[in-house]
Amino acid sequence: MTATDTPTVNAALALGDDALILSHRLGEWAGHAPELEEEVALANIALDLLGQARFLLSMAGDEDEMAFLREERSFRNLQLVEQPNGDFAHTIARQLYFSLYQHELHTDLAAGDGPFAGLAAKAVKETAYHRDHAVQWTLRLGDGTEESRRRMRAALDALWKFTGEMFQPVEGLDGIDWAVLEGRWLTALTGVLEQAGLAVPEGPRTGAWAAGAGRQGLHTEPFGRMLAEMQHLHRSHPGASW
Amino acid sequence: MTQNWPLWEVFVRSRRGLSHTHAGSLHAPDAEMALRNARDLYTRRSEGVSIWVVPSAEVTASSPDERDPFFAPAADKPYRHPTFYDIPEGVSHL
Amino acid sequence: MVAVTPESGQDSGLGADLGAQLAAAFDAAVAADERVEPRDWMPEEYRASLVRQMAQHAHSEIIGMQPEANWITRAPSLRRKAILMAKVQDEAGHGLYLYSAAETLGTSRDELLDKLHSGRQKYSSIFNYPTLTWADVGAIGWLVDGAAITNQVPLCRCSYGPYARAMVRICKEESFHQRQGFELLLALSKGTPEQHAMAQDAVDRWWWPSLMMFGPPDDESAHSAQSMAWRIKRHSNDELRQRFVDIAVPQAETLGLTLPDPDLKWNEERGHYDFGPIDWAEFWDVLKGNGPCNEQRLSQRRRAHEEGAWVREAAAAYARKHAAAPAAAARNEEARV
Repeated sequence: MTATDTPTVNAALALGDDALILSHRLGEWAGHAPELEEEVALANIALDLLGQARFLLSMAGDEDEMAFLREERSFRNLQLVEQPNGDFAHTIARQLYFSLYQHELHTDLAAGDGPFAGLAAKAVKETAYHRDHAVQWTLRLGDGTEESRRRMRAALDALWKFTGEMFQPVEGLDGIDWAVLEGRWLTALTGVLEQAGLAVPEGPRTGAWAAGAGRQGLHTEPFGRMLAEMQHLHRSHPGASW
Repeated sequence: MTQNWPLWEVFVRSRRGLSHTHAGSLHAPDAEMALRNARDLYTRRSEGVSIWVVPSAEVTASSPDERDPFFAPAADKPYRHPTFYDIPEGVSHL
Repeated sequence: MVAVTPESGQDSGLGADLGAQLAAAFDAAVAADERVEPRDWMPEEYRASLVRQMAQHAHSEIIGMQPEANWITRAPSLRRKAILMAKVQDEAGHGLYLYSAAETLGTSRDELLDKLHSGRQKYSSIFNYPTLTWADVGAIGWLVDGAAITNQVPLCRCSYGPYARAMVRICKEESFHQRQGFELLLALSKGTPEQHAMAQDAVDRWWWPSLMMFGPPDDESAHSAQSMAWRIKRHSNDELRQRFVDIAVPQAETLGLTLPDPDLKWNEERGHYDFGPIDWAEFWDVLKGNGPCNEQRLSQRRRAHEEGAWVREAAAAYARKHAAAPAAAARNEEARV
């Protein structure tokens, strides 16, 4: 099923890397979650994303070569998903921004007839659950205690600058109206934050380093260390099978 | 200890046509989260199509202590149980 | 499984006659292989023994997540990464099943966690050993989970209903754990010389601690005899250990790996494998807290709990604010399949 045309490969890498990198970050929570029930929930989301990543990276080539043998500059994921977990509020803010986006995007892709329609049709059910998880926690942290509200607000603010990148057109994803997608995302986000008693962050959502940068292989510093950890073992044994 | 989450009993319908069966329990701050946690925990291998959650504190049991003779009369009515009836060999689907 | 503190009769001013009658009825029921349920009368020592065992078992599941989670971010293929994540998730799930079962005896999870965090309750010592290489993930699956399954399968028939039911669920899921470990080691053993050496090294380090998982020899085991009489336990430590060795030896041959015991050989007369003496000094030392990872495991566990406090508190506060909805109404949801 490896795609040969460059735009499709490009889009498969963009979507696949988003899923892979976010799954990896969520995997870092294992053994550290605030409650046992939440260990199970975060792992479920990480596993869904990893499943999506494997499918998408296989469209671009061998999934393990794609994951373990590319250099940092070849990764096409959004800078948002590579951001470190931070406290639970940062993880939830990242989940909220991303899952609202991913759900809207998958909905559009599933409605079309492009090479990602099949994956999106399956993934849209998963992302609906991821979105729900993020929304439920945003409500609880926003409308919980003083401390949780303060932390949630700080997290939303800190990650805000990475959200503009999500709506830069991705080559190979045809039929997406990115401006409309962004409008839907913002409407959905505003609704959730209002219900949680939180304000939509202010300030620019794009900048010289955040506007489409991840999609072009420009990442933030923590990403290099994350990749070093992820790839080290695989790279230490060239050609080995596992 | 206001941070303690209450206990919930979880009932899962494993497939259509069957009734909900007690699967176990879990902790959650409220019903919405209890449902989600139950889905993650008790149906992560596709074991269910529908879930109920009930606060454990809301369950009223038939007797505070099962050594109570509450259940004794049932033993007097063996005809309620299918094993009461002798069925000739070779009869199936009964 | 309702966690209501049962009104147990033994200290509530029952007449001596009734007390003796209850004890006799309990013993008879257990001897007849009946299941004991949460609200039944039970001897206080039976209750205490069960809570201790279930708590230790639950603690082992959640502490046991750590040595394996240590490799999730470094798994060498995406397939292995998915398997390992699912496995560590299962362990959290098993911990949850077991805490639930323990709660039916009137001890809350918070109380149990508090005892774990303060060192008043133990978890399996095996998790105080470090996972130094990727092959350790395989050795844990094959040997540690293998030993655990040998221990746990008989617990599916344990006299205490909620524990037995939790174990049925757990055992079903555990067999996947052992198989993935075996398969992982097989891939390494048949791989490059470096991979093979990694697998052998892991088996060398995990073999003896795995044998210690069955507990001290029968004549030195503090709770064994009573637990067997109560049918909490069905087989002695030494019996189960022997069963595990007998299963593991041929599997090691299939793997092409050597078990680090020069005395290991088939005994025709006994119909079992003989094996060398276990270093019980090491066992007691690790149990006392002097293992390579005791402090690390407990402090990570405590830190996760403490750092999660504000999150749990926020959700509880939210629930109080929004408690207007009728709490008793059962909610129904079509689960995603």
